[in-house]
Amino acid sequence: MSTVRVLAGTRKGAFVLTADGKREKWDVSGPHFGGWEMYHVKGSPADPNRIYASQSSGWFGQLIQRSDDGGQTWKPVGNKFVYDGVPGTHQWYDGTPHPWEFKRVWHLEPSLTDPDTVYAGVEDAALFRSTDAGQTWEELSGLRKHGSGPHWQPGAGGMCLHTIILDPADPQRIYIAISAAGAFRSGDGGRTWQPINRGLYSKYIPDPTAEVGHCVHHVAMHRSRPDVLFMQKHWDVMRSDNAGDSWQKISGNLPVDFGFAIDVHAHEPETIYVVPIKSDSEHYPPEGKLRVYRSRTGGNEWEPLSEGLPQRDCYVNVLRDAMAVDALDECGVYFGTTGGQIYGSADAGDHWAPIVRDLPAVLSVEVQTLP
Amino acid sequence: MIRVVLPAHLRILAGVKGEVALDVAGDATICAVLDALEAAYPALGGTIRDQVTKQRRPFVRFFACEEDLSHTPPDSRLPSAVASGLEPLLIVGAIAGG
Repeated sequence: MSTVRVLAGTRKGAFVLTADGKREKWDVSGPHFGGWEMYHVKGSPADPNRIYASQSSGWFGQLIQRSDDGGQTWKPVGNKFVYDGVPGTHQWYDGTPHPWEFKRVWHLEPSLTDPDTVYAGVEDAALFRSTDAGQTWEELSGLRKHGSGPHWQPGAGGMCLHTIILDPADPQRIYIAISAAGAFRSGDGGRTWQPINRGLYSKYIPDPTAEVGHCVHHVAMHRSRPDVLFMQKHWDVMRSDNAGDSWQKISGNLPVDFGFAIDVHAHEPETIYVVPIKSDSEHYPPEGKLRVYRSRTGGNEWEPLSEGLPQRDCYVNVLRDAMAVDALDECGVYFGTTGGQIYGSADAGDHWAPIVRDLPAVLSVEVQTLP
Repeated sequence: MIRVVLPAHLRILAGVKGEVALDVAGDATICAVLDALEAAYPALGGTIRDQVTKQRRPFVRFFACEEDLSHTPPDSRLPSAVASGLEPLLIVGAIAGG
C-alpha cells in the first residue's frame, strides 16, 4: 500500500508526518531542528528520500539541511547565498532605494528529474540554484537584473521570492512569484525572465495595472496542464490559460478574495482550493469559521468545505506555502495553520480531521506520495 | 589549545558536547579562532559571522575573562588567559525577543 509523508515547516522546527494510504493513523516525528524557523521542507520528485529543508534563525542566519533517507537523518549543506555582482537597490517601503540584502530562504524547489538540482527562492527576492545537492549555490541573476528589479518593493512579510514552479513538459520553463513584485516566467532555464502580470489589478499601488508591483501571494499549476496557472493575489483569485500572458479574475462567489494558499487537485486540473482570509489587516478566517473553498469549475463557482474544521472562535491564518495535495487515487488535501494545527482530508476536501493540533505556527506543508 | 564555548544551537549543529578545543595558528585573535572553528566545523560557516564580509552577526556576542569583546577589532589579540587556554572564549546568542 502507498504511504503518505507530510513535511511540515514551523516557526520552531520541522515535523514529518507519515501514514498509510488510508490516512487515518499518523506517526509524527520531530521537532527536527527544534527552535529554528523552518520556512520550507520539500522532497525531490526524482528521489523521494532526498529532502531539502530551509533552516533559519534571527541569531544564526540561514542554513540548508539535506536528508538522503527520507527525513530520518539530516546533514547541513551549503548556506552561502551571495548575489551575483553588485546587488544594487530595490525600493524600500517608503519608496526610497534600499540595498539588496540576503535574509533567508523562503522556498526550496527540487528539480523534477535530478535529485542534485534544487532551486531556492530567497528574501531579498532572488532565485538561486544548486546542482550539487545543496553544497554550492549560484544566483540566476537574470531575474533580478531583468530591468524592473530597482522598482520592486517588499510586501508586509518582506521582499520574498516564495513560489517556484517547474514545467514538467518543458525543462526550460520556470515560473516564479515575488511579494510584492509579481509573477515572472523564464523560457530558457532561468537565464532571462519576463514579468507575467497582465490582467492583475491592484488598487493599492500607484498604477493598479503596472507591469510589476503586484502582491502575488501564491501560484499553483497542475502538472498535466503547465499553461494553466492559478493565483491567490493579495486581493483576488486569478487564472491564466496562456502561461501567464494574461490573467482573469475567478474570485466568483468567494466570501472574500483575500488569502494566501492555493492548490490544485492531483487528478482534476479544474478543481482548486483556497482558504479565504478576512482581510490584509486581520489575517484570520471570516466569522471565525475555518473553511476551505473548492471550485470544481476552475474558479468562479466555489463551495465551502467545513466538515471537521472549527466553525466558531477560530482566528488562525493559513500561510502561502502551507497547503498541499497527495497523489493517491482519492486525492488527499492538507493544510497547516498559524495556530499549529495540520488538517488533512482523505476525500478531496469533503471531510477534514486534524493530524496534529499543537505544533508551533505552521509555515509550510508539502506532501510526498510514496509507493 | 584555545577553548571555545558555543551556544546550544550551534553545539547541536556542530555535533559537539561541551567546550570545543582548537589549535590556532599564529596570534590568538577572534578572527583566527573563528577561522579555526569554521575549518573544524564547516556547518558553522555563516552562523557566527557573515561568510563574505566576516562581520559578526548582530545577535551574536563574544565574551572572555568577564569582558565583552564583541566590539573589539576581530584581528586584535585575545586576553592571554584565553590564548593560553586558561579561560574560554564564550560565543553567546544575545538574549533578544521578549
